[in-house]
Amino acid sequence: MSSEKKNKMPLGGIINKGGTCEDYDTGGWRKFRPILDKEKCIDCLICWAMCPDSAIIVEDGKMVGFNLDHCKGCGICDVECPDKVKAIAMIDEKVAKKG
Amino acid sequence: MASSAKKLKDQVGLTGNSAVALAMKQINPDVCPAYPITPSTAVIETFSDYFANGEVDTEFITVESEHSAMSACVGASAAGARVMTATSSQGLALMWEVLYIASGMRFPIVMATVNRALSSPINIHCDHSDSMGARDSGWIQIYSETVQEAYDNMFQAIRIAEDKRVLTPAMVCMDGFITSHAIENLTLATDAEVKGFVGDYTPEHSLLDTDNPVTMGAMTMPDSYMNFKFEQSNAIAGAKEVVVEIGKEYGKLTGREYGLLDCYNLEDADVAIVVLSSAAGTTKAAVDELRKEGKKVGVLRPRLYRPFPHQEIAEALKGIGAVCVLDRADSMSGFGGPLFTDIRSALYGIENAPLVMGRIFGLGGRDFNVANAKEVFEETFKALEAGKIEKTTGYITI
Ligand code: SF4
Ligand code: SF4
Repeated sequence: MSSEKKNKMPLGGIINKGGTCEDYDTGGWRKFRPILDKEKCIDCLICWAMCPDSAIIVEDGKMVGFNLDHCKGCGICDVECPDKVKAIAMIDEKVAKKG
Repeated sequence: MASSAKKLKDQVGLTGNSAVALAMKQINPDVCPAYPITPSTAVIETFSDYFANGEVDTEFITVESEHSAMSACVGASAAGARVMTATSSQGLALMWEVLYIASGMRFPIVMATVNRALSSPINIHCDHSDSMGARDSGWIQIYSETVQEAYDNMFQAIRIAEDKRVLTPAMVCMDGFITSHAIENLTLATDAEVKGFVGDYTPEHSLLDTDNPVTMGAMTMPDSYMNFKFEQSNAIAGAKEVVVEIGKEYGKLTGREYGLLDCYNLEDADVAIVVLSSAAGTTKAAVDELRKEGKKVGVLRPRLYRPFPHQEIAEALKGIGAVCVLDRADSMSGFGGPLFTDIRSALYGIENAPLVMGRIFGLGGRDFNVANAKEVFEETFKALEAGKIEKTTGYITI
């Protein structure tokens, strides 16, 4: 990796190690915030499997909430939560912040 | 006599396409994704025979378009493979967006580009519109005059592209039909010589290296994009020295040394023609005839066009009275072809700069013969005598 010593930037725009997206805050992109109704949730974990940002927090096999540093508010979890359950709702981020 | 007979005995007759395919066989790349197109079809056809006969270890991928071919080249290169392909004309045009991705990601892919006109009107014959359109895509471009040179350039292109100081894709261009389909005598390198010369390819990074995970092709923001481009720009500019170095090393191995430029009777020339690829051979024949009449004429054929060896070109042309740059492509700028504007710019502000004019020739396979080259010399002499250029840019043989 001699070229990297000479150059300040990593060759060809690569990111030199794995797992770096953890350090990258995508929560700031959010226009809509997912809200969980734990009363309704059946812990099927479909939302956990479908979330593109691994922002569903699961503890002991139970869905417990959202990592808002990484949740970008795409609403996929809301759509994917089974129709008979619908435990997730998307609300306006500005309203969520105020309230 | 005896030595030239021996020389001929050791030679073989091959078309440009067959010679390039043979070079690819001798290089034995890891991956070759390809979609054949006239006039480069026979490169891929012949190489696929080598593949079918088990003569190469290459993973040969037939794809559904040239866009896919170059995309597969990028993917294979990201995996750490030595990758080669070939194309022409519309095929190169369809690769466009991926050409920039290959160069930006600094993948040393090597592609044989058999030059052909671009539609419309549709035409399968030679001009340089295809590769000239890709001249700013961040690929190294080497233009070959003969079959021998196209063959030799393939090996050198591998070394240049893969050089740690460069790590930039390269295209080896030759003229469609004129060179790709004409049989010429050439001297081959042995498989052992090629193997020793190109060596093994060790990628800087590989997506298959799970012990050292990396992300490739990530998004960059205004705070870093420009820095990557700055470094890419420096890397391709630096390829010039590497081209010279590798050309010398190849010369030691085979007796055929290559540089940045091919200068023919330039030292004492009053007027000169600058032209790429096979038309330089025609122009040299015109030079030989005119020299017999005592006319001091010469030819400059840039072998390396990207990066552009502007200092060396200025050095080679300074002191010459008048120069005509012949372009086998039109920039459609109303100001001549790309080689003309580059050459004229390289000469601006130097001492003893020649008068420079540009002429478009040979589009869509329009013939360019010795008589045409002589007419250009004649017109350039007229400019020299008049001390000024009447018409800076224009077409010939129209
Ligand atoms: S809104 Fe999108 S990013 Fe946020 S938790 Fe749901 S699926 Fe994940
Ligand atoms: S998909 Fe719905 S029901 Fe299933 S775990 Fe997620 S929120 Fe609960």
